[in-house]
Amino acid sequence: MRFSKSAVWSFATLSALVLVVIYLPLAVVGINSFNANRNMVWPPPGFTVDWWVKAFNSAGLWDAVATSVMVAVSATAIALILGTLVAMALSKYQFFGRSSVSLLVVLPIALPGVVTGIALNNGFRTILGVQLSMATVIIAHATFCVVTVYNNVIARLSRVSPNLVDASADLGAGLWTTFRLVTFPQLRSALFAGGLLAFGLSFDEIIVTTFTAGNGVTTLPIWIMNNMFRPGQAPIVNVIAIVLVVTSGVPIYFAQRLSSDSAAKTT
Amino acid sequence: MTNLTVQAKSQAAVSPARRISSLLFRKPKLRLGLLLAAPLSWLVLIYIAALAALLVTAFWTIDSFTSQVQMGFSLSNIQQVLTDALYRTVTLRTVGIAILVTVVDIVLALPIAFFMAKIAGPKLRQVLVIAILMPLWASYLVKAYAWRAVLSHDGILQWILAPFGGQTPGYGLTAVIITQGYLWLPYVILPIFTGLEKVPNSLLEASSDLGAKNLMTLRTVVLPMLVPALVAASIFSFSLTLGDYITVNIVGGASQMLGNLVYTNVGAANNLPLAAAIALIPVLLMFGYLAAVRKTGALENL
Repeated sequence: MRFSKSAVWSFATLSALVLVVIYLPLAVVGINSFNANRNMVWPPPGFTVDWWVKAFNSAGLWDAVATSVMVAVSATAIALILGTLVAMALSKYQFFGRSSVSLLVVLPIALPGVVTGIALNNGFRTILGVQLSMATVIIAHATFCVVTVYNNVIARLSRVSPNLVDASADLGAGLWTTFRLVTFPQLRSALFAGGLLAFGLSFDEIIVTTFTAGNGVTTLPIWIMNNMFRPGQAPIVNVIAIVLVVTSGVPIYFAQRLSSDSAAKTT
Repeated sequence: MTNLTVQAKSQAAVSPARRISSLLFRKPKLRLGLLLAAPLSWLVLIYIAALAALLVTAFWTIDSFTSQVQMGFSLSNIQQVLTDALYRTVTLRTVGIAILVTVVDIVLALPIAFFMAKIAGPKLRQVLVIAILMPLWASYLVKAYAWRAVLSHDGILQWILAPFGGQTPGYGLTAVIITQGYLWLPYVILPIFTGLEKVPNSLLEASSDLGAKNLMTLRTVVLPMLVPALVAASIFSFSLTLGDYITVNIVGGASQMLGNLVYTNVGAANNLPLAAAIALIPVLLMFGYLAAVRKTGALENL
């Protein structure tokens, strides 16, 4: 469809406006991380790098980052295994209850966060009598991260020819060898993209986390929540946000490149 | 000697791993079972069991002296949730916010998603996808907090609007709608963008060859094909709004949403059975919504 110049321009302008709306608050966060006024009055009366220095010297903050990385890596590892297994099962087989299985995978993310949170809280504490800990957070996070891996892997499998797997079997490879040498290399970038999303989802999750974290388990979002209403600490939270956005650019860039590369190869 | 090597070779050829492999190859049902065993046990034993237990817990009570959970059957929590005006008000408010947030997000998402999918070249498209994805990594809490700073009476919005005689809405329901609309926007843009990418350009060209103006093509060709993506997007914004209690704490002033009622009853009030009964409201709302939209094929687009 050929678009008139005015149509192109109006779509471009509207898109630019949306991007401004998306980035304006982030820009405010960035500027406020240098705001000399601890209550973040606008316009800033002066600028300082104190908050950046304080952030890098805050032991509690680094502990929280370590906890979050630990939780996110564990949850992502579990989600990668479970998500790949479901995707392989659902992409290849038609069976009774297939749509229920796919609904089951989506459900932990489709149901509101407080519901997942209270259900798991109640399940761990009242029903099983287990103390909340870091393990309960990992279990909770893995449960809602499965879907991101599943989505990426099943989308990739639908584009991969089943003939390759058959050819591998005809040439005498066992199932494990076929998976290792044929299926897995084709899934690698999808697993990377899905794993990255799972990691990001877990790293930033707060609602389910507040319901499933034991005392003393302080993930980064919990640390932020505990500190953002303290006047001396609140500007440090701005520093964290900017560091997170900037560092996230790297993995997102690679995920994008990987997925567009493989899309170009298969089509 | 030669006999022995031959024997060894044939034994190696049918090693246990190989035997399992060929058994699995012959029995696809067994293979399917093994693939599904771990993920299904995880999701059913942890998640579905927890949801079922939540339903049961809603019928339990709390001993007012010891604040211990008393197992037994009682309708008192359900009755309280159904009859107490507080729960009706908060439910209506929460659903209202969810609807408004969804509408605002879809209106904002449609033009940029269309621009990304159909007008921008591949390079620009990639840049835009990254630009939409990046804010997702900037901690949800910080973004909510950023809006607290933006909307504050000393904030940038007041500073921008004051010369025009305008005023920041301050903290309250409007602030909740703005902030949640902002937070969920990427989740709404991405499914709509993916949905638009699936609309073949040839259809758009056919439509314009047959004389349709741009707007008519959008309305009669693109929009109907986009319904599953729009529904998928609305599931995200709906569920995220229903399940959130933190945004409203940060920018909502004194107003409460369903999530707050659940959270206070789990934490401060320590009344898990009542919290479970309240949590059934968003569960029913979401299941009702999912059931209603199942036919559109939106669930495959999540």
